[in-house]
Amino acid sequence: MGAARFWIVSFVVSLAFLVLTRWGISNEYYFFAAYQVLQFIVLATAWNILGGYTGYTNFGTGAFFAVGAYTAVVLHKTTALPIPVMMLAGGVISGIVGFGMGYLTLRLKGVFFAIATLALAIVAQTLIVNWDYVGGSRGIYVIRPQYAPISGSYIQYLYSLMLALTWISVAIARTIERSTLGLGFNAIRDDEQAAEAAGVPTLRLKLISTTLSGALMGMSGAPLPYYVTYLDPASSFNLSYAVNSVAMPLIGGMTSWIGPVIGAVLLGTIQQLATVTISSALNLLIVGVLLIVFVVIAPNGIVGLVQSRRRARRR
Amino acid sequence: MTGAPLLEAGGVGKRFGGFVALESIDITVAAGERLGLIGPNGSGKSTLVNCLSGTLHHDSGSIVFDGRPIDGVPAYQRTRLGIARSFQLPKPFRSLSLIDNLRIPLLYTVNARHGAHLAGPAIQERCRGLLADVGLADKAYHLPRDLTQVEMRKLELARAVASAPRLLFADEAMAGLSPSEVEEILAVLFRLNDAGITIVLIEHIMRAVMSFSTRLVVLVAGQKIADGSPQEAIRNPEVERAYLGE
Amino acid sequence: MRRRHNETQGARDVAVTGSGGALSRMISLDLAVNAIVAGLLLGGFYAAVTVGVTISFGMLDIVNIAHPAFIMLGSFVAYILNSNFAIDPILIGVAMTPVFFLVGMAVYQIYYYAFERRGEESIQGLAFFFGLLFVAEVALILVFGVDYRFVEAPYIGPSLHFGFVDLPLRMLIPFLVSLLMLAVLQVFLGRTFIGRAILAVSQDRLALQLMAANPSRVKRIAFGISIATASVAGALLIIIQPVEPSIGRDYIGRIFAICVLGGMTSFPGMLAGAILIGVVESITATFYGPSWAPAIAFGFLLLTLAVRPAGILGR
Repeated sequence: MGAARFWIVSFVVSLAFLVLTRWGISNEYYFFAAYQVLQFIVLATAWNILGGYTGYTNFGTGAFFAVGAYTAVVLHKTTALPIPVMMLAGGVISGIVGFGMGYLTLRLKGVFFAIATLALAIVAQTLIVNWDYVGGSRGIYVIRPQYAPISGSYIQYLYSLMLALTWISVAIARTIERSTLGLGFNAIRDDEQAAEAAGVPTLRLKLISTTLSGALMGMSGAPLPYYVTYLDPASSFNLSYAVNSVAMPLIGGMTSWIGPVIGAVLLGTIQQLATVTISSALNLLIVGVLLIVFVVIAPNGIVGLVQSRRRARRR
Repeated sequence: MTGAPLLEAGGVGKRFGGFVALESIDITVAAGERLGLIGPNGSGKSTLVNCLSGTLHHDSGSIVFDGRPIDGVPAYQRTRLGIARSFQLPKPFRSLSLIDNLRIPLLYTVNARHGAHLAGPAIQERCRGLLADVGLADKAYHLPRDLTQVEMRKLELARAVASAPRLLFADEAMAGLSPSEVEEILAVLFRLNDAGITIVLIEHIMRAVMSFSTRLVVLVAGQKIADGSPQEAIRNPEVERAYLGE
Repeated sequence: MRRRHNETQGARDVAVTGSGGALSRMISLDLAVNAIVAGLLLGGFYAAVTVGVTISFGMLDIVNIAHPAFIMLGSFVAYILNSNFAIDPILIGVAMTPVFFLVGMAVYQIYYYAFERRGEESIQGLAFFFGLLFVAEVALILVFGVDYRFVEAPYIGPSLHFGFVDLPLRMLIPFLVSLLMLAVLQVFLGRTFIGRAILAVSQDRLALQLMAANPSRVKRIAFGISIATASVAGALLIIIQPVEPSIGRDYIGRIFAICVLGGMTSFPGMLAGAILIGVVESITATFYGPSWAPAIAFGFLLLTLAVRPAGILGR
């Protein structure tokens, strides 16, 4: 399937999904839960553009996500922009942070880069904790507008926006994967010197990768203040975002766009079920254990398992 | 055979901390030439190749390629200008099939040049042709880990050649190969040279270098100690003492 | 999503003791001297926390970002035994080292079979330890909750006074124990056969094979030792400040910052880096407020990595 076709088909699928859910489901809770799962698909897909395609591990997902959320908080306090515009703004600011992180790759390879992203997250969190305008460490309450700009409840509106972002993120990832750009990313992941010698402008591509990945994470964070209505640094910078966005592509498979989607749907749903039925701490334990089990037993994730089984059958 | 200088490097120096890896090297490569670059381990051959191809940046001196100074030009730009290299330790793109390994230089080098844009099918065809040239046509969709050592060297060369270079640095393309395999690689290199590619061969295997090169440059401890016809160069007493004569 | 309350409590405690109870932000001599002294003591303790990573990351090239989780484990073991049987926490920390040593060997064994042997150490290996960190933290939360826990010992509370300089014993004792542990490890590495083999591994794996030693066996022992240090470090931590499971991750950046600052492999370099971070953090907490302290180590780490990856004090 060509890229243009994929954009259209995935759009139709998303739209059909939207209509079906809005029409068929009346319990608000399901929209809360679905929003979370969709948000994880965006985060996992965004992480995978840098981590899976380009080979740079980012442990700072929470920072990009929170930068998007706090951009929305600032805009909420100063303007009355609609949420889609705030998402764009959050994407721009997080994209700029991602661009800065891209320059780190000049000096830092492999684990040093990963550790630096962890450091970046804490520095960003410290800045927010000390910024009273957005509530500092106490956090801030965000009052939702009374009515959603489209029909249905406010949470259904947020859900629709997140579904649209999910569609865009996945289609971008799929397009990159099959493009010259994606092949260049893969070359960088496999061997940066060889990529450069083959004519790949590695720095430019890495900057594209970090910027795009950061921007998508930021966009997914922008509606968060309206979703939770109370935002504080400890929850918005929560390490669980980093763990989830690392675990989902690794469990699903990092080489293909479908991997993060599978991982996010699987882990996202399990966590929603566990939160309701058992406890919210336990669901994080499940994510951690699954991550460990998968990297040890199936390092190429579910997609890798399917591929190797198919290959074995062909022989 | 030889013509105007394609590459001219003057006073190229490189140090790592306190260690002087290259001390003011002058080297000229004429268009169409087959130049052999030899020297004992740690003499600076690979560092010189790294500096000329842009993998490392030299500290002093100047490099001119095809009449144009290329100091500070990043490696990928030099590849686009026409300087290709293979690596001493093959660095294939491990997760990509052989054909995708070759697609990368075609997309990022050939298609990045003015006036040349290959469409998908033409690229496919070119990749297959390049693989056939080195005898890897039937492994087009395999991953590099399925290759033998000599096949890996061939892939390394094919990927360098895929960028349609005018100058090729072959960095120890034959290390660790059997005599018959050395002959195979040499045959590939001769063919490339016949097709108009200037080749600089960095090699330890003297027999191969002597039969291939039209000129020899000898490096010892970061300094050039000989530059001339192969026979002349190895008879040079300094070379004998430092390199061949123990 | 879990919220972390009062995460800077630890740093604040240090600041309070460091400033002799005076919370004034006025720049005065005794405040500065006390801050520096407190920073020195704190830095000495940081060395105990970091030495394990200097061994695993610096010498063995194993990126154990889960090290803080083992330190937390050490703290909680000390807490259980101290609160139930009133055993001295340091004694517990030392007595438990064999158990931690065995746990470390087991973890290395998994790491070796899953990643090192396959040659896939990069993203998957990193994710393995990341998952381990997360699982340990969540498991501790499930068992102990998010309340702060502390131990009791005669040296927690009293201080020595030299003029206007305070030396709180609960900082001084960990400082001394830490230096003692470093000295013991330094002697062990330099004087024993296995210690020299570990140093050999850190320099050249091939050389070791020529010595006919089995590198994976040497690395297993070394990794066991690195985890054993976490038992002692954990006991020291809970003496210095009350502990709850998630404070461990505050130490990730600190530990790696110190390790990188000190040039990765040398104990004296690491100690110098630890004291530098300790002093700067303590001064920051005293004069600018403890909420800025967490960013210090990370800021240093980012700067060090960006400017000089080999470390400021090493190589």
